[in-house]
Amino acid sequence: MSDRVIVKSAITDVLEKLLKARRVFAPVQRDGLLRFEPLRTGDEALLDSHNSKRPLKEIFFPHSETLFAYEEGEVAIMPLPEEQRVIFGVRPCDARSLLLLDKVFNAPDVQDPYYVTRRENTILIGLGCNRPLSTCFCTTLGGGPFTTEGLDLLFTDLGDRYLVETVTERGEALVADSPYFREAAPADVNLKAEIAACAEQTISGPSVEGIKEKLDGMYEDPFWDELHQKCLGCAVCTYLCPTCHCFDILDEKEGSRGRRVRIWDSCQFPLFTLHASGHNPRPSGRERMRQRIMHKFHYFVENYGQIACVGCGRCIRNCPVNMDLREVLNRIVVKRGA
Amino acid sequence: MGDLSPQLIEVARSLLRDEKVDLIIGYESGSLPLRTSPCFIRRPDEAERLVWNAWCENNLATYLRGRDEKIAVVAKGCDARAIVGLVMERQLARENVLIIGVPCQGIMDRRRIEDQLEGKEVLKATLADGEIILAGEGFEERLPQQDFLCQGCLTCEYRTPAVYDLLIGDPVPALEVADPFPEVRALEARSSDERWAYFSQEFSQCIRCYACREACPLCYCQECFIDQTQPAWFGKTDDPSDTLIFHLVRILHTAGRCVDCGACSRACPMGIDLRALTRKMIKDVREWYGYQAGIEVEAIPPLATFRPDDPQEFIK
Repeated sequence: MSDRVIVKSAITDVLEKLLKARRVFAPVQRDGLLRFEPLRTGDEALLDSHNSKRPLKEIFFPHSETLFAYEEGEVAIMPLPEEQRVIFGVRPCDARSLLLLDKVFNAPDVQDPYYVTRRENTILIGLGCNRPLSTCFCTTLGGGPFTTEGLDLLFTDLGDRYLVETVTERGEALVADSPYFREAAPADVNLKAEIAACAEQTISGPSVEGIKEKLDGMYEDPFWDELHQKCLGCAVCTYLCPTCHCFDILDEKEGSRGRRVRIWDSCQFPLFTLHASGHNPRPSGRERMRQRIMHKFHYFVENYGQIACVGCGRCIRNCPVNMDLREVLNRIVVKRGA
Repeated sequence: MGDLSPQLIEVARSLLRDEKVDLIIGYESGSLPLRTSPCFIRRPDEAERLVWNAWCENNLATYLRGRDEKIAVVAKGCDARAIVGLVMERQLARENVLIIGVPCQGIMDRRRIEDQLEGKEVLKATLADGEIILAGEGFEERLPQQDFLCQGCLTCEYRTPAVYDLLIGDPVPALEVADPFPEVRALEARSSDERWAYFSQEFSQCIRCYACREACPLCYCQECFIDQTQPAWFGKTDDPSDTLIFHLVRILHTAGRCVDCGACSRACPMGIDLRALTRKMIKDVREWYGYQAGIEVEAIPPLATFRPDDPQEFIK
């Protein structure tokens, strides 16, 4: 499948056309926040911005999701979300985050039907990162500003046009017969390679090589006593993380009607592990901060063979007390580096 | 005002060396421009990490409860008010906390600065001669500090802490504030439909991360009403009514206690205008009871007492 090119001025028309058959998400600026939202019109998409404030996971694993509802003894199970969707402008780190979430919600032994259906019904059109932010560290986690893993198409901004690389068959189907795309010239492909090399060079970050083994012996390390001190214990890092996926299940009832709802939950809250007996196995910030780091860099590696972090930097930029995950990782690596 | 950090470091070092305190909670340089980060200093040789500047946005009073050490804490005027609140509410023994007051000419609002740059990333920020000098890839921009202060700092009446044990540098003169509540009046003047639309829009962004609650030094209930499960009083979903009721109840619970430090709104990753609600509480308490929270340790909190001449127009 050869690369294609599309002029930027045609993007609105392409999106309008997609909107006729599907729900189309793209980054939009609404009320001062950059967020993936369903487009109303094709010209709303903001494609020259940095990554969205909120992670892509919410389009597949929403903050709050009703699983079933009942009234007067009648139970209504929520139908599967059959809607066909496209997300335009997905950053490579976010695409990789979905592959990590797949390991949890689409495991060989257990599948979450709502998540899986949304994944199957959603085409991901990526947008490479010409200008990574200083907080981006995707390359140290096996990603990169132009990786195609998890995407169906990858767009690269070449100035007045985009280079379009096809990754999957369904990505190909989307552009194959479209009059807006033409075959890329070798110059376009070369320009993309230059842009990609340039962007990659700007990214640096902590080495995470062998971090699981380093964490192996650190469960009771005094490191955690000190690390958590400034943490407020809110859920900004976990809720804005594209790979954090813990949830709670609540039953809400009022008289003879009610619903069961799944909501995001965070290991940073004491309530997350509070037992009915009143005992809490993670009684302080020390244990909760350790859990966050261990889950991403040790347990997930043990369970699925990959680190549960894509280096998007959202937790770093949004932490109210400037807790910097890169510093934490550096300190772990240095600590047992010998 | 010159850089007070060297003086702060000296004071901190001698407090630890002379074993006057076990722990100093202050600020150190952050990993990002426009930021500092809270730090915990226990050894005299670590004191050099401390800084004091207009990026010190966190209210460190939130770290003081439940410690059995003798603590010194770096406190701006608003932070000191929160400490007074904690002492009044018997959350903290006054003799166990040594307040290192810092005179404050206002904290920078990093969000407004970032908005101003429209997507350009700041890689270095310096404060000099009333200007913020911002540098990034291929640009340098200078902004007047005065125009990018946090909203609360513009009407702050306690720039020098009202209560402290040691003061670093000289007191700064109090601001002449003709009307401390211009934006509250503006909101009050709007119709209830307009206000409803405004609040609905603002709170629709909430992700229920509780950063507001955790950052607030006076939000310390052992079990927050929102976390109670037996029974569960309120919903925890992102449904608009669930979200709004959480914020309304939390903020009502700070009525007569909120010291307007702005920690909640600065902590909010979504930039929700939480102060639109907290400031209304502050204004009402001030107008009805002539009370400002966190000024005197011995004051009687208005909502913990009753006077026959208390305003009671709300009784219909």
